[in-house]
Amino acid sequence: MTQNADSPPLPPTRRPRTAPLGERPTLTDAQRVALEAYADTVVPGRKRHPDDVAIAGVDDTPGAVECGALDVLTDPATGIEDGVGGMADLLDQRAVTWATARELPDPVGRFADLGYTDRRRLVAELTDPEEPEKDLWFLVALFATMAYDSAPHLETADALDPAVTPASGLRAMGFFPPVDGRWAFDRGGYGRPLARLRAGTDDHGDPR
Amino acid sequence: MTGASVEEFDVVVIGSGFGGSIPAFHLAAGGARVLVLERGPRLTSREYDQSLRFGSSATRIFDFTAGDGMSVLGGNCVGGGSVVYFAAMPRAPRFAFERRGSLGHRLWPSAIDRESLDPWYDRVAEALPIKRHSWDEVSYAGGAWAAICDHGGRTANPLPSAVDTAKCVNCNWMMSGCAEDAKQSLLLNYIPAAEANGCEVRELHEVQHLTRDADGSYTVHYSHVHPVDYRETVGTGSVRARVVVLAAGAAATPVILQRSEPHLGAMPDAVGRYFSGNGERINVASLDESALRDTLGLDRGDGRAYEAFQIGRGPVVATWDRQDENLPEFERYAIEQLYFPPGLGTILAQARTSDGGPGWFGLEKKELLSRWQSWLMLFELIEDDNEGVFGAPPPSGNAVRLSQQLLGRGTLRYRPRATTRAAWARADADVRELIEDAGFGQVEPWTNDLVGAYTVHPLASCRLGDDPATSALDDTHELRGHPGIFVTDASAVPAALTVNPSNTVAALAERSVQHICDRLAERGISVRYGGLLPV
Ligand SMILES: Cc1cc2nc3c(=O)[nH]c(=O)nc-3n(C[C@H](O)[C@H](O)[C@H](O)COP(=O)(O)OP(=O)(O)OC[C@H]3O[C@@H](n4cnc5c(N)ncnc54)[C@H](O)[C@@H]3O)c2cc1C
Repeated sequence: MTQNADSPPLPPTRRPRTAPLGERPTLTDAQRVALEAYADTVVPGRKRHPDDVAIAGVDDTPGAVECGALDVLTDPATGIEDGVGGMADLLDQRAVTWATARELPDPVGRFADLGYTDRRRLVAELTDPEEPEKDLWFLVALFATMAYDSAPHLETADALDPAVTPASGLRAMGFFPPVDGRWAFDRGGYGRPLARLRAGTDDHGDPR
Repeated sequence: MTGASVEEFDVVVIGSGFGGSIPAFHLAAGGARVLVLERGPRLTSREYDQSLRFGSSATRIFDFTAGDGMSVLGGNCVGGGSVVYFAAMPRAPRFAFERRGSLGHRLWPSAIDRESLDPWYDRVAEALPIKRHSWDEVSYAGGAWAAICDHGGRTANPLPSAVDTAKCVNCNWMMSGCAEDAKQSLLLNYIPAAEANGCEVRELHEVQHLTRDADGSYTVHYSHVHPVDYRETVGTGSVRARVVVLAAGAAATPVILQRSEPHLGAMPDAVGRYFSGNGERINVASLDESALRDTLGLDRGDGRAYEAFQIGRGPVVATWDRQDENLPEFERYAIEQLYFPPGLGTILAQARTSDGGPGWFGLEKKELLSRWQSWLMLFELIEDDNEGVFGAPPPSGNAVRLSQQLLGRGTLRYRPRATTRAAWARADADVRELIEDAGFGQVEPWTNDLVGAYTVHPLASCRLGDDPATSALDDTHELRGHPGIFVTDASAVPAALTVNPSNTVAALAERSVQHICDRLAERGISVRYGGLLPV
């Protein structure tokens, strides 16, 4: 388990019916910072503490990192868990090359040294259709985004429960929580005609 | 390969979606010994999770195959796409059967048009059943789309559907399987009816290739898939069949045939070509609640005009004004309101950005997500030009599986021609006019930069037709040059339909059964097609 010391303890979640098989990889601190900085570029959030270098801090609500990006990225279910450490190293190297080419005023030794705007530019380049390794960078972005917008590391009911999950993108999106563990909506619609039907609709309601 | 240990069946059906389950039922009911091999697991409705967690039904029964320029979403379970689908079941309009594409000749066989298919559509409508829905049964999102269309001078129709709205709780979890059994998947009709007639269905059996035996029978070679980590194989085996019904879906059927080519001999040129994504493209609108209230008079009864993207059951309303047979080909399309859950349904949505950079990630995207309940997803179904081609088959299945479940990389290459791109642009402009120009919100298409175009309606990769050069199947669904192999799934549909395809796939599958019986009879197996309903 690669639980970041800065993030809240893992919530008690129900076991999924088929738990992913396999072990999570062990990441170095530097790799964790790089991956968190990448995730924070994809869905930016607030800093966890004043010295938080991974999070650029361009927003004041939790972003992908607080919502569990590292948990998702290292989950054996993804199939990329063994590669994310290497991707983190590569990201730091790319950032240095990128900064050198642009002669940035401040020294850049790793991706997290870039400001949000530059981080965003570099992520845009890495995920551009012309980038040979686009698919891999996109997958890292995808799983980081999912930590925020679908929380695949948690039961969805838990992700929506503030008592269980303090930071939740699904809650920020306004995803309605379940009632007694289930989703059901009594009233589903406006209940009245809202347009004329197309002329020639047949008896089954089909186009002709 | 006639060792005593090899099991023998009259018919082996590969895949258990619409194309597989329907023939399996009729052939078993007619007295054939039928085996269905399905690569995915079998779940009961008690096992459908309302959760997006890895390992829940959302990833167990679903499949996402990324290609080069086109990604395909589908089912991966007993029941196939019917377990994950939205159950919108319109029939294809008349003009769809007259399409010519860029080839300049009719694509469908002369034996099939809307009129000749209607009796088969009728049968499917009774079997599932499919019902004409009223405005009372339309979700808030469908209602909002109808009201927007009406404001723009357009018509809009509630979609015929295989959802029993008396049982439906509008939870919108139907992509993970419908726990209420309100959605009529094949697990509620054709599959149990096939089993009641002695058909055997084996889950987690992925067919890899076919070989031909000296007597003209086929041996079907499969591997046994691990129940959690689908990348793992836990065994292999083979079964013999007098006749094979191939129905692994349009993203998998041609791959099985490609892999079988060294054993079976040359495949028709159209195997693995002419793939169509049914012309799909999604736009996401972020609606302006006050405009919906003030201009359209929408009111949920609690002060909210809309904010109800999450409530409902997928697509329920479409505008069909551009499904006009007087319009030229590539200018006809439908626009349906749609729902996709977060995750698959959010990543490709684009925000407008101040720096002109990509809108699918970053601060503006986060802001767009914060208005998620005010989203309206618009699903364009245009006429594409069958541009997809499959590359050399991967070592197994139809994709190199990347994740334990869900995600794989396939060999499909798709480069939309100018005809298709112009059709999408026309539909995008239409959506913009109806929503943005009318002041109901902002709208942006999903990006195609990340996974290419995408489809939940793969079609035509092994298609029917009269022209042997451009179709893989004759009008009986038999594979040209390979007697005894029938393809009855969405791969057989020759071209984009401008509507959701399952009803057409199902009607074609119904129609194919008599032809399969004829071939069985020729091979000395008498199977009576009784035209029964799966009750
Ligand atoms: C999210 C979603 C929503 C949809 N909503 C609608 C809708 O509202 N209306 C509509 O008309 N259509 C809808 N569709 C499309 C619909 O599901 C398909 O058009 C339909 O299922 C196609 O039927 P088929 O028999 O061709 O293939 P499928 O139903 O996909 O069946 C193919 C089966 O073969 C199995 N298989 C694949 N490879 C192998 C192998 N090698 N060995 C053994 N088995 C294999 C698959 O696991 C699958 O179960 C939707 C699809 C998706 C993904």
